[in-house]
Amino acid sequence: MGEAEVEPANAEALPPRSFLGRFADGDLVASFLSSKVTVAAGLVTAILLLAAAFAPLIAPTNPFDPAANFLIDSLTPPRFVAGGDPRFLLGADDQGRDMWSAILYGLRVSLLIGVFSVALGGAIGVTVGLIAGYAGGWVDAVVMRIADVQLTFPAILIALLLDGVAHALLKNSGRDETAFGVLVVAIGLSFWVQFARTVRGSTLVEKNREYVQAARLIALSPTRILVRHILPNVMGPVLVIATINLALAIITEATLSFLGVGLPPTQPSLGTLIRIGQNFLFSGEWWIVAFPSLTLATLVLAVNLLGDWLRDALNPRLK
Amino acid sequence: MLALRWRRGAGLGGGDRGVSKAAPPADPLGANALAARAASEGREALPLNAVERLVAVNELSRVFDESQPWISRLIDRQPRRLLRAVDGVDFVIDRGETFAIVGESGAGKSTLARMVVGLLRPSAGQVLIEGVDMAAAGDPAARRDVRRRMQMIFQDPYASLDPRWRVGDIIAEPIFAFGVGARQANGVARSPGKRAVAARAGELLRLVGLDRADALKYPHEFSGGQRQRIAIARALASNPDFIVLDEPTSALDVSIQAQILNLMRDLQETLGLTYLLITHNLAVVRNMATRVGVMYLGRLVEIGPTEELFQRPRHPYTRMLLDAVPDLAMSGRARTPVGGEPPSPIDPPPGCCFHPRCPRAVDRCRSEAPALIDNVACHLAHGDANWLTRT
Amino acid sequence: MTDALLSVRDLRVEFATRRGPLVALDGVSFDIAPGEVLGVVGESGAGKSLTGLAIIGLLDPPGRIAGGEIRLGGERIDNLRPAAMRRIRGRRVGMIFQDPLTSLNPLLRIGDQLVETIRTHKSLTRKLARERAIAWLGEVGIPAPEKRIDGYPHEFSGGMRQRVVIALALCAEPALVIADEPTTALDVSVQAQIIAVLKKLTRDHGAAVMLITHDMGVIAETADRVAVMYAGRVAEIGKVGEVVRRPLHPYAKGLMAAIPTLERRVARLAQIPGAMPRLSAIPRGCAFNPRCANVFDRCRVERPTLLAIGGRSAACWLYDGDAAPVSAAGTAA
Repeated sequence: MGEAEVEPANAEALPPRSFLGRFADGDLVASFLSSKVTVAAGLVTAILLLAAAFAPLIAPTNPFDPAANFLIDSLTPPRFVAGGDPRFLLGADDQGRDMWSAILYGLRVSLLIGVFSVALGGAIGVTVGLIAGYAGGWVDAVVMRIADVQLTFPAILIALLLDGVAHALLKNSGRDETAFGVLVVAIGLSFWVQFARTVRGSTLVEKNREYVQAARLIALSPTRILVRHILPNVMGPVLVIATINLALAIITEATLSFLGVGLPPTQPSLGTLIRIGQNFLFSGEWWIVAFPSLTLATLVLAVNLLGDWLRDALNPRLK
Repeated sequence: MLALRWRRGAGLGGGDRGVSKAAPPADPLGANALAARAASEGREALPLNAVERLVAVNELSRVFDESQPWISRLIDRQPRRLLRAVDGVDFVIDRGETFAIVGESGAGKSTLARMVVGLLRPSAGQVLIEGVDMAAAGDPAARRDVRRRMQMIFQDPYASLDPRWRVGDIIAEPIFAFGVGARQANGVARSPGKRAVAARAGELLRLVGLDRADALKYPHEFSGGQRQRIAIARALASNPDFIVLDEPTSALDVSIQAQILNLMRDLQETLGLTYLLITHNLAVVRNMATRVGVMYLGRLVEIGPTEELFQRPRHPYTRMLLDAVPDLAMSGRARTPVGGEPPSPIDPPPGCCFHPRCPRAVDRCRSEAPALIDNVACHLAHGDANWLTRT
Repeated sequence: MTDALLSVRDLRVEFATRRGPLVALDGVSFDIAPGEVLGVVGESGAGKSLTGLAIIGLLDPPGRIAGGEIRLGGERIDNLRPAAMRRIRGRRVGMIFQDPLTSLNPLLRIGDQLVETIRTHKSLTRKLARERAIAWLGEVGIPAPEKRIDGYPHEFSGGMRQRVVIALALCAEPALVIADEPTTALDVSVQAQIIAVLKKLTRDHGAAVMLITHDMGVIAETADRVAVMYAGRVAEIGKVGEVVRRPLHPYAKGLMAAIPTLERRVARLAQIPGAMPRLSAIPRGCAFNPRCANVFDRCRVERPTLLAIGGRSAACWLYDGDAAPVSAAGTAA
C-alpha cells in the first residue's frame, strides 16, 4: 500500500493570492479603493513623487544654477497676484529664484533624504530587532536598554547631536558635499529604535512557532532561519512604520534645515526654503514661505494617511 | 524563498528521474525497507540486530528556571522557582515500533519530545539515536547524519508551515538542508539538481494523498488535515528512520484524524519508520502504539506493551486515565469516579507525586517517591498484577 | 413535541459577504424538552456553535438570522429587541463557553461576578446573594467555598474555573443551559469530573441542556438525545443510545466508525474520504453526497428533509421508502 487515498477535488481551496496579498490577509486592493480618503492620499503622494522625480523636466528653470538667476527678479509676487510676472507661477524669492522650480527641486531633496534615511534606519532597526529577538538573553537586554535610552530623547535632538558630531569630525572640509550624507545618517540613526522594537516583538512571537522549530530541526543556521523564515513574517508592521517614518523623516529634515544645521543653501530642501521665506513673512512677501510650507504639509499628510491605511489593512484583527 | 521553478506539468512529473525511494513490500520490522534504502544510498545494509535499538533515553531531565529576576528575588526574599518538567525518564524504542507517551497537561510530554529530537537541551541525562549521543561533542558529520534520520510532526497544522513559503519549497527544504540525494562523482559531492528536487517533492505530495500541483500553492489554501499531510511530506523528505509525532491529530476533526492515522500506519509499513507518538488520547494510543509510557508530572509512572497496559494497568494513575475516558461504546464498564486535578509542576507534592489523588495511597506514598521498578513506579504495584484490573 | 421547552424550526443563518450572502445554517430544526439533555455534535464548520449563538442572540454581524423561528416556552425569541433578549439571557437561558480563561473577568473576584449575576436576575440583598453564591460554589464542588469566593480567576485551576462558570450559568436558575464545548480545553481526568457536575446540577435544578461538542464520547455519557450536524444542516437526530450504536445517516455511520475506541485496536480506522465542504461550496442536493458510499441520483439533485424512521429521524433519501417527512424534529409527529 504505497499511496494513501487521494482527496477528491479540493472543495477547500481558496484562490491563490497575488504577490502583495501574501503579506495581507484579505483583499489589499479592495481595501485601498474602499476609502476615498486613502485613494486621495495615494493620488497626491503619487503626483508629488512623480513631480519630484521629473523635476528637471517640469521646472521651467533650474533655480540653483547660479548663472541662471537675476537678482533683478527678486521678490516678484506670484503670477495671479497684482504685480506678478508670468514667468514666475508662484513668485520669486529674494535671490530671484523661481518658487515653483525651487519647490520642485526642494521636494526632490526632501523625498530623497526621507527615503534614504528611512531605509538606513529600517535596515539597522530590522537587523538589530531580529538578532535581539532571536538571541534573547544578554544580547537582547543590552540592545533594548540602548534603545530605551535613545527613546528618552526626541528624535530631532538626536539628529541634531549626530549632525553636530559629524560636522565636528569632518571639520568643515567639504561640508557642503557631505551635508546630504550626514543628514541621512543622522536622521536614519534616530529612527532605528522603533523598527527594532517592533521587529523584536514579532520575532519573539514567531521564534516559538512550530515552523521555526521545524527549520531548527533540519539544522539550519540561525542566520538562515532569520532571513528566510522569520524576516518575511515580521515585515508587515515594518512597512507601516516605514511609511509613517517617511513623513517624520521629511519633517525632521525640514526642521534641521530650518534651524540652519541641515542642507546648505546650494541644495535647499523644502525646509530650507521655509527658513528663507520666514524672514520675509512680515514684510509682505508671503509667497516665499507659504508655498513650500503648503507643499510640505500636503506631502506629510498624504504619506501619513497612506501609512494609516496600510496599518489597518495589514492588521488581521481588524478584519 | 528557495528559487525553485515550479512549472506546472512537465517539470513536476518525471518520477523516474532523480531521487526515488524504493517501495518494498510491507514488512513490520522494516528489514527489507532498511536494505532497500541502504542500497539506494550506496552503502551496506547493517545487520538488523546491530541497530535494533534506535532510540535510547537515559535519565533524561529538564528543569526550567521560572524564578523572578535576581533583583526582585533579592528584594522580596523569594526562593528560586524551578520547574522540573521532565524528571529522570528512561525508555528505549526499537526499530519499527510505535512507542507512545501519554499523559495530561503538565506531564512534560512535549518537553520530552523536544529533547529527543534535539530542539531542547536536556538538563541531565542523554538521548542516544542509533548509539550516537546527540548532545555530546564529537564528530559533527555523524551527528548531522543522525539528525537527518529523525523528524518531527507538530500539533498545530496552522503554525507548522511557514505561511510565506510555497508548499513545494517547504517540502524541499530538508532535502537541500541535508543534501539528500547528493551524488558522489569522482569523490566530489554534487548537490541534487533543482529539477530532481522538484520531482521528489511532487512524489512526496502524492505519497501523502495530495496532488503534485499543490506544490505551487501556499499553506493557507489548505485545510487543517491537508496541512498536516504537507507536514508529513516535509518530514519524509529527508528519508528519516524515526519520526516524533507531537499530538499530530489533536487539532483535527475525528474523520480527518482517521485519515491521518491510517496514512501514518501505511507509511510506517511501507517505509519502515519508527514512531514516538505523544498524545493525551488513549483511544489513539490503543490503535497506534506497540508500547506505551504513562507520564505524570514529569515522571514515567508506568511503561509496557499496549495490550498489557490497557488490560492490566498496574499504576493507579493509569487506571484513573482509563476510567476517565468517556464510554463511547456505552458498555457500562465499571469505573471509579476520578478526583482532583493535575497539580502544578512547580510545586509537586512530596513523595509520590500522585498521592493526593490516589485512591490507594498509604503513608509511605506521602514521604517516599517510588522508583520505576519492573516498569511501574508505585510502592503497591509489585504484588498481584491484576490488582487494578476490573472486569 | 407540543410542550417543548425550546423549539427551533427551519433556522437559517446567513453571513453578508462582499460576494453575496453565505448560508451558514440552512433549515435547522429540533426541539428540547424540559429537563432533557440534547447533544449537538458535528465537526468543525458544521454550524453547531452558530446554532447556540443564534438561540441565545449572540450572533455578531455580519451574521444574522435570516429565516425560521426559535421559541422558548412557546414564545418567539429570535425577533426580540436587544434589551428584551438581554433579560432572557441569564434568567431563562444560561450559557457556558469553551474557554474558562476568557469567560471569567480576570479583574473581578469570582464572588463579585456571581453576586452580580444573581442580583441582576433575582432581587436579593447583597448579603443573601453572597450566601447563595457560596452555596452554588459548594454545589459545583469547590472545596471551602466561603474562603475561595473572594479569589480571582487566575488563582483557580482550569477545572475549578469551569466549575465556577457552570455555577455562573446556573445561578439565575435558567430553564435551559447552552454549553458550547465545555470540556474541550480540559484534561481528560478533569473533563470527567466536569461532565459529572454538569449532569448532576442540571438534573437537580431541572434545567435542560443543549450540549454542543465535537466529542462523541462526551455525548454518549451525558446526553439523552443527540443531533448530528453536517454543513449547516441536521443529518440525524434521535435517542443517544440508538444513534451511537446504530446510526442511520451515512455520515453518522462514517463518523462513528472513524472514532478510535478504547476497547480494542482495529487494523484500520474506517475513514470518510474528503472533507466537509466550505460554506461557499456546498454541493447541490444532499450536502454529503460527494463523500457518500451509498449515493444515488436523487441525492445529487434534491436536498433530503428529515425523515422519520421509528422514533428518530435522518435526512437521507435511503430511508424514503416507507417514511413520511417529520414536522416536529426528533420524534414522530
